[in-house]
Amino acid sequence: MEFLSALPGTVAQGLIWGIMAIGVYITYKILDIADLTVDGSICTGAAVCTMLIVNGSPVWLAMLLATLAGVLAGMLTGALHILLGIPAILSGILTQLILWSVNLKIMGKANQALSARKYDVLLSQMEIGPALVVLALCVVLLVVLLYLFFGTELGAGIRATGINPAMSRAQGIHTDVTKLIGLALSNGIVAFAGALLCQYQGYSDISMGRGAVVIGLAAVVIGEAVISKLPQNFALRLSGVIIGAVIYYIVYQIIVLIGLDTDLLKMFSAIVVAVFLGIPYLKGKVVARFGIRKGGKKNA
Amino acid sequence: MLELQNIKKVFYPGTVNEKVALCDLNLTLEDGDFVTVIGGNGAGKSTMQNIISGVFRPDEGRVLIDGIDVTSLPEYKRAKYLGRVFQDPSMGTAADMQIEENLALAHRRGKHRTLRPGITKKEREEYRKLLEELGLGLENRMSAKVGLLSGGQRQALTLLMASLSCPKLLLLDEHTAALDPKTAVKVLEITDRIVKENHLTTLMITHNMRDAIAYGNRLIMLHEGRIIIDVSGEEKKGLTVEDLLALFTKASGSVFASDRAILSK
Repeated sequence: MEFLSALPGTVAQGLIWGIMAIGVYITYKILDIADLTVDGSICTGAAVCTMLIVNGSPVWLAMLLATLAGVLAGMLTGALHILLGIPAILSGILTQLILWSVNLKIMGKANQALSARKYDVLLSQMEIGPALVVLALCVVLLVVLLYLFFGTELGAGIRATGINPAMSRAQGIHTDVTKLIGLALSNGIVAFAGALLCQYQGYSDISMGRGAVVIGLAAVVIGEAVISKLPQNFALRLSGVIIGAVIYYIVYQIIVLIGLDTDLLKMFSAIVVAVFLGIPYLKGKVVARFGIRKGGKKNA
Repeated sequence: MLELQNIKKVFYPGTVNEKVALCDLNLTLEDGDFVTVIGGNGAGKSTMQNIISGVFRPDEGRVLIDGIDVTSLPEYKRAKYLGRVFQDPSMGTAADMQIEENLALAHRRGKHRTLRPGITKKEREEYRKLLEELGLGLENRMSAKVGLLSGGQRQALTLLMASLSCPKLLLLDEHTAALDPKTAVKVLEITDRIVKENHLTTLMITHNMRDAIAYGNRLIMLHEGRIIIDVSGEEKKGLTVEDLLALFTKASGSVFASDRAILSK
């Protein structure tokens, strides 16, 4: 019973983090870059949104600027990677660290309240029904827009860059630019999720993004497992990521309810991701060793 | 159409591993030339291709395509003049994208990529016809992922992609070397047809001396970063593998050193 009453809130959390996970999907799956900027840029989005609303800005403007702040964060990582030749993973870590200071400066302290009672916000956990409607609309809009975008000439160029950069350059694609656009887009979406999250929970906190990339990866791998039997298409894969995040939060909720130590949750998340990411590798090893493929055919 | 002027390229200069890959290389291709390139291991064949396509810059010398100096143009900008097929069939295509999407990517080579649709209905019809001409049945699998195709099918598709949007120069870098002999013959036939139909100026590196003699109107052999044999026209037509090996020994003062080329004659 307790689980059912908590379920709407759990789903709302899952949808917000699902939006964030779509940002992770763009870098990790489409661009083939493990971008750790997201741990910082989700908080940047929240911090910018919170401070603007607290200072009297309309909510739409606050969310727009929060998203743009994320875009800038992604471009910084891209610039470190492309202009200075720093490996992508390290560029993300550097930006993440830069953002820690930036986020503290934006908020002025480690956390900022954004009470739905005092300010006019788009969604709040105190009114879970309307919040779910808003989030569902955001998710649908995002999936549709990204589906359309990755079908354009530019979007196809970004996908090709992630799959085969040498071929992409041979086809005249400026792979530095496509990577930069991908990173900017990804972190813009992550910051947008941060802007939703701070309104929903009623505050921003400097450590709210810690482990965000792992939650995102967990959502991506769970989502992939869920839709693996269905005919693959891009919109479905994005939806899978959202479903993955919702499942992640439902499991989280169950762990909380059966009284497991929530301090261990981040460790469990990391283990889940490690297991899922390790399975294809181990499968490959088994195939190589025993020459057995799925379906029992011998690999001569 | 293509001019290489005094190209020099040294790898790892000033170290014990210093390797002069190309040394004062000069080559001019006329419009419509189909030149085959052979040479032993480390002769500089791939370095020459990579310098033409902009993967490396030469230490000295200039690269001109259709009279335009492209020496300092980055690879992605130079791509609009070039169609390329690589030795590794997985190199030339995006495995996780559909056949038609790959063609559409290649079709936009050299054009600004905008927010217009990545592929149009009209293009699909065009691609269907082109794929039909390959005779591999790919026209019925246009939305299949390229990763599902065999090596030969992928090379044929890459050739088709390379010929789209009329490149000034077609660069083939041992594009049949990774295929079984029967498939290699088929891909070479397709190559010859596409080159002729589109009147493409072509530079084909091969490890197979017989193919180098059978195809194209001119043959060059590289050795230690220089062109040591350059035959064309009637002289090339009458050539045999034995003639070529003898020419090589005469020109270089050594025995031709490529197991692959010898074994595949």
